[in-house]
Amino acid sequence: MSQFFTLSILVATLASGIRLAVPYLIAALGETIGQRSGVLNLGVDGVMLLSAFFTYWTVLETGNMWLATAVGLGVGLVMGLIYAVVTVFFHATQGISGIGIFLFGLGFSELMFRKQVGAPTPVDKIAEVDIPLLSKIPHIGELFFQHDLLIYFAFGLVPIVSFMLRKTTFGMNISAVGENPQAADSLGVSVAKTRFAAILLGNLLAGLAGATLALQLGLFQGNLTNGLGFIAVALVYFGAWRPTGVMVGALLYGMVQATVNQLKIQGSIPQSASDIAAMAPALLTIAALAVLAGRIKAPSALTRPFSRA
Amino acid sequence: MNADAPLLQMRGITKRFPGVIANEGVDFEVRYGEVHTLLGENGAGKSTLMKILFGLYAPDEGEVLLRGEKVSISSPSDAIAARIGMVHQHFMLVPTQTVAENVALGLKSKRGVLTDLDSVSERIREISEEQGLAVNPSEEVWRLSVGERQRVEIIKALYRDAELLVLDEPTAVLTPQEVEDLFVVLRRMTESGRGLVFISHKLHEVMALSDRITVLRNGKVSGHTVPAESSREDLAQMMVGRAVRLTPERPIVEAGPPRLTIRSLSVTGDRGTTAVDNVDLDVHSGEILGVAGVSGNGQRELAEVIAGLRDPQAGATIDLDGMSLLGVDTRARRDRGLSYVPEERMRDGAIGDFTVSENLILVDHGGDQFSRSGLLNFGAIKEHAAALVERYAVKTPDIDTPTSSLSGGNIQKVIMARELTAEPKLLIASQPTRGVDIGSAEYIHERLMEQREKGTATIVISEDLDEVIGLSDRIAVMFEGRIIDIVDSEDATREAIGLLMAGVTN
Ligand SMILES: Nc1ncnc2c1ncn2[C@@H]1O[C@H](COP(=O)(O)OP(=O)(O)O)[C@@H](O)[C@H]1O
Ligand SMILES: [Mg+2]
Repeated sequence: MSQFFTLSILVATLASGIRLAVPYLIAALGETIGQRSGVLNLGVDGVMLLSAFFTYWTVLETGNMWLATAVGLGVGLVMGLIYAVVTVFFHATQGISGIGIFLFGLGFSELMFRKQVGAPTPVDKIAEVDIPLLSKIPHIGELFFQHDLLIYFAFGLVPIVSFMLRKTTFGMNISAVGENPQAADSLGVSVAKTRFAAILLGNLLAGLAGATLALQLGLFQGNLTNGLGFIAVALVYFGAWRPTGVMVGALLYGMVQATVNQLKIQGSIPQSASDIAAMAPALLTIAALAVLAGRIKAPSALTRPFSRA
Repeated sequence: MNADAPLLQMRGITKRFPGVIANEGVDFEVRYGEVHTLLGENGAGKSTLMKILFGLYAPDEGEVLLRGEKVSISSPSDAIAARIGMVHQHFMLVPTQTVAENVALGLKSKRGVLTDLDSVSERIREISEEQGLAVNPSEEVWRLSVGERQRVEIIKALYRDAELLVLDEPTAVLTPQEVEDLFVVLRRMTESGRGLVFISHKLHEVMALSDRITVLRNGKVSGHTVPAESSREDLAQMMVGRAVRLTPERPIVEAGPPRLTIRSLSVTGDRGTTAVDNVDLDVHSGEILGVAGVSGNGQRELAEVIAGLRDPQAGATIDLDGMSLLGVDTRARRDRGLSYVPEERMRDGAIGDFTVSENLILVDHGGDQFSRSGLLNFGAIKEHAAALVERYAVKTPDIDTPTSSLSGGNIQKVIMARELTAEPKLLIASQPTRGVDIGSAEYIHERLMEQREKGTATIVISEDLDEVIGLSDRIAVMFEGRIIDIVDSEDATREAIGLLMAGVTN
């Protein structure tokens, strides 16, 4: 093994793992916020596909990555609005509505791509930003300080979301509404508004995750995500509904993927082994749940619509 | 603001639910500084009336006046703003959050978007000191005892400066000592002019705490009174609409041979300690053996081990009619004539999402009567269920109603009906009437007596001393896992049993 994994290859693999983890991380953080308020969103993957397409298309047409990111966020917001109205105001079954959103995103993004773009056309990828001085530290620099802005932002989101959930009144309302909506309601906390806001935030992040994917790859194709959004949902369970736990899960998953990629490049394992990587989050989640079972439980009101009478 | 007006007046309140009129033309009033009790059977409409007051339901008819002025309360926020507080029958707490977080929920924070839990905790400490409501603000709620949770609920209301406080069945889940402490707190609260609505169907509590009593029956006011002018029997009659026996008639039955024989029974409890400690016990045919004790002294484990839900330590004997029950699963124990009415009705006794009729056949569905080659015979089930619902006077819209939507008393009747139609040789009933209204309790007691006359050996485990003394032929008192004495119920007094429950023998 050691002759395959020299230090520089190891560092490159780890750095690639960090980069690969980011779309999962952003999407899973968004899903965490939604689930903490009691709303399961299985549509993440569809929202990501839509946002990835529109982000890519904007870059293709304008070359402006900031505008493209904003468009990706906008797509997330619009999809969030739809999902929130359907689940909060019409009390629709969350599992089914989420699958609906996914199927819509999958189909519509591919349709738009074929009609508007047609052939796969690469665009510029988002540039890396080397942090002055720090990026020059051997290995450490390559690992942590030679990434694009979205990566720094994604990891910055972890403490922000964590703080928001634990230290703000909004965060308190979110977990109250996710654990015992009747209690929140009895104290005048609007369950509908809180869940609405949490869903919007969650979808905004799903939109950002899609945008990140498109900007990092610099291309789009049908089903670009390849189930990434569903893995993000699984990572929320793995991370026990905590931003740091979710981050650990996303990193682990990114690392597994990067390692499999590296081994494939080296020819140590056959090309078909992406199946192994695809199974990793499920295995990780099952392993984590087996260890944590009984100690950490999902928000009690998860997937349960709320109404007063 | 009208100085002479009472704190609260509700006039002509009517509330209809599909198929039920929960409140019909109800008038209710609370003065400053009084405890006004709302008394009534389960399903009488007490909670509904108070939920209307709190803005959780909109009344179909009627008006609400606070401090003499007509108000329209359409949400809990309106109610809180009008200085109404409510301790709900089912606690409204977020278990994963701390006491302070629960109290702060929905309040404006002094620090804007950030929580201000330090100052909230400070105020909680002040309130708990002033009112004698000991609780630690930084403790997570899931760690708290039921009594502590209730204190948190009261503090939540006081923190919002409630002047009118509604307590919906606050004693249902408390130990006798906790009830006494609560009453001291409530009394103190009225001294500062607050008005209290106390909801209960425990008559001795109502007599002890109330200034005035309003009785509801089937959604209508059936009477007003004050404790000095009524006996418990009078109250019971207003609640039920007929004369009620509060203690069952116990005809003389010749006790037969021992049916249940227990020797050297020790059981390990949930925490790994010895919950039942070397118990010997006989229960005879035609006998009701009461088991008294402060909760947590091994009664539950004793029942569970006989029912087959828990294993004894080695060396024990448990025989029913001379045949050992050890190593026999619950299903086979039932076949040999054992019936069990568990303490946690909703958790162990019934499946809430199942309909009444499904719960009524829950354990017998494999029998020939209700299924043929694995398929359920719905015609036979419905007939059987309808007959039981009628015989046990279960109050339910129909037999296809989900069981969880029934009142506690009616769920208990469903379980009793199911367990007793099995014509058991041995019946174990844990807290058979806890949280059950008196009409249903009387009924359940009568059924237990009927079973006794048929020769069933019965164990009744109850924390209600009046019930244990009234029902039992003999009373076994458990303390720290041991049966420290067995007394004849003829010679038993509340005081003597109370002393034994505290572990005092002479
Ligand atoms: N949300 C509801 N929907 C339909 N029926 C209800 C609802 N709440 C209460 N009821 C019915 O109204 C009646 C009164 O219930 P409730 O006020 O809870 O009685 P109590 O508190 O006196 O036990 C019962 O028959 C109950 O089944
Ligand atoms: Mg009630």
